[in-house]
Amino acid sequence: MEAAKPSLKTEKPQKARKFWTPKRKEALVGWLFLAPEIVGMLLLNVFALGFSLYLSFTSWNLLSGISGIKFAGLENYIHMFQDPTILKALKNNLIYTVLTVPVPIAIALVLAVLIHNKVFWKDYFKVVFFIPYISSIIAVAAVWSALFHPSLGPVNQFLMDLGISNPPKWLVDPKTSLISIAIISSWAGLGYTIIIYLAGLTNISSELYEAAEIDGATALTKFFKITVPLLRPTTFFLLITMLIGSFKVFDIISYLTEGGPDNSSTVIVFRIYEEGFVNYNMGYASAISWLLFAIIAAITAATWKMRKEE
Amino acid sequence: MPFIRRNISKLITTVLMGALSVFFLIPFVWMVSSAFKFEKDVMRFPIEWIPKSINVVYNFKAVWMGKVPFLHIYFNSIKVAVIVTFITLLVSTMAAYSFTKLKFRGRNLVFTALLAFMIIPDQATLIPRFMLIRWMGLYDTHVALIFMSMFSIYFTFLLRQFMVGISDEYIEAAKIDGAGHFRTFASIIVPLCRPVLATVAIIKFIWSWNDYQNPLIFLQTKDLYTIPLGMTLFRDDYTTNDAIMMMASLSAIVPLLIVFIILQKQVINGIALGGVKG
Repeated sequence: MEAAKPSLKTEKPQKARKFWTPKRKEALVGWLFLAPEIVGMLLLNVFALGFSLYLSFTSWNLLSGISGIKFAGLENYIHMFQDPTILKALKNNLIYTVLTVPVPIAIALVLAVLIHNKVFWKDYFKVVFFIPYISSIIAVAAVWSALFHPSLGPVNQFLMDLGISNPPKWLVDPKTSLISIAIISSWAGLGYTIIIYLAGLTNISSELYEAAEIDGATALTKFFKITVPLLRPTTFFLLITMLIGSFKVFDIISYLTEGGPDNSSTVIVFRIYEEGFVNYNMGYASAISWLLFAIIAAITAATWKMRKEE
Repeated sequence: MPFIRRNISKLITTVLMGALSVFFLIPFVWMVSSAFKFEKDVMRFPIEWIPKSINVVYNFKAVWMGKVPFLHIYFNSIKVAVIVTFITLLVSTMAAYSFTKLKFRGRNLVFTALLAFMIIPDQATLIPRFMLIRWMGLYDTHVALIFMSMFSIYFTFLLRQFMVGISDEYIEAAKIDGAGHFRTFASIIVPLCRPVLATVAIIKFIWSWNDYQNPLIFLQTKDLYTIPLGMTLFRDDYTTNDAIMMMASLSAIVPLLIVFIILQKQVINGIALGGVKG
C-alpha cells in the first residue's frame, strides 16, 4: 500500500513519516484516550491494594507520622481473629445479609409481577416504589429515626394504641438496632429490586402464558412454573449484587447508630472506619480492609463457579 | 365476558396495590407534614396528617438561614455533582471509544484488568486512598471528592456495550472526510451516544448527590460539606426539634425528586440497563 501512494507528501521528513504509520498513530491515540482511566485505576486500585497490604503488616498510628510505621508481621491478623468486635461485626454482617437479601427479593418479585401486567397505571407504581431508592439514604434515615423514636415516635405510639404495652425500642435497643436498620434499608432498596425484575419480565414472551392458559393453568401455577424459572438469571444477578452490597453497608449505620448501642449494629466497614479514621490505627484498619476484600472476592469466585456449572 | 372479568380483577388489584403504595410512602408523607408543624405537634398522636397550626416559615428559616450553612452546603452539592458527572462521562466515554473503535495491542488486556478491578470494594481501599489524598495535598478540598468519584469502570463498561453497536461505517466515512481520531470522537461518537450519555449522566448525578462516605472521609471543614454530610450537622444541632429535622430532610430530597419525576424513564431505564446486561 505504501508504494502505491504517489509521493505527494515528500516535503515531510522521511523518518517521521515512516515512524508515525497510521497503525502507530492509532495505538498512540488509543492509549491517550485510555490514559485518565488507567491512571485512576493504577492509583485507586493497584497502588491502593498494594499499599494497604503493606500497611496491614505494620503497626502504625497516623499521628506518629511516616517514621512511626513499624513492621509487625502477622500481629494485626492474629489480633483481628481474637478481637470480639470484629467477630461481632462479622456476625452482624451475616444477620444483616439474611434480613436484607432473601425477603426483599421475594417481596419485590411478587410486586414486580403484579405491576407488570395486573394493574392499571403501571408507571405510577414504578415511580412510587422507586422514590426511596433515589432519595438520599441519610435524609431517609433521619425520617425513620424520628418514626422509630422509642417513646414518642409514631410507630411505637401506634403499637401502644394496639395494646402492645412494651413495644421494641428499635434503634436504641441492642436487641433490635440491627433489625431496625435492616427494615429501613430494605424499604429504601425495594424499588431497585422491583425495577430489575420488571426489566427481566419484559423479556418473557407472553405466548408462554397464553399457551399455559389454554391448558387451564391457574395464576399460581403460571407464576411458579413460568415466571420464577424464567427469571432465574435476574434472581441470580440480584442475589449477587445484594449479597455483596450487604457486606458493604456503611452509610446508614454510620448515621443512625455508629455501630451501637454496645456494638450491636457494628459491621466490617464500620470497623474499618472506626479503627482508621477515629483511632488512626492505619495498620489494623488495613488488615480489616483485607478481610473485607477477601470476603467479597470469595463471594464473587463462588458465584462465578456456580454460574459456570449451570 | 372474560374481558370484563379480567378488567375487574385488574381494577381490584390496582386498588389494593394503590393502598399498598400509599402505605409504602407513609414515611415521606409524615416527613412533609412534620416539616410544616410546630415542634410540639410533630410527635402528637393520633398523627395530624394535615397540620392544624402551621410553622413552616420558621422551620424553613431555621434550615436555610440558621446555624448550619445549608445554602452553602447546597451549592457545594450542586457544584461537586455537576463536575463529577461531567468528568466521569468524559473519562468513561474516552475509554469506551478506545476500547471499541481503536485497534492496538494491549487493549483487551487493559479491558480485562479493568473488569477484574470491578470486584474491589471502595471501602477496602479507604485507608490508602486517604493517605494518597493527604500526600497530594488534597485533603479537605472538593477536588478530593471529585478525584475519588471520577473513575467509573461500571460506566465505561455500559458505554462500551453501547458503542459496540455503533457501526464502523460512520468512522470510515469520517476518515474519508479527513477527520482525525479526536474529530471523529467529538463530532461523530459523542453525538451518537447522546441517549445513553443522558441516562448515565442522571444516574451519576444522583449517586454523587447522595454520596456520604467520601465527604465523611475526605472533608473536615463544615463549609465544604455536601448535603448528606450536612444532615449530620442538623442531627447534632437540633436533636430534639423534629420539625426542623424533617424540613432539612425534605430540602435534601426534593430537588432530586423533581429531577426523577421529570426524567423517570431515563432513570429507570438506566438502572435496568446495568441489571440486564450485568
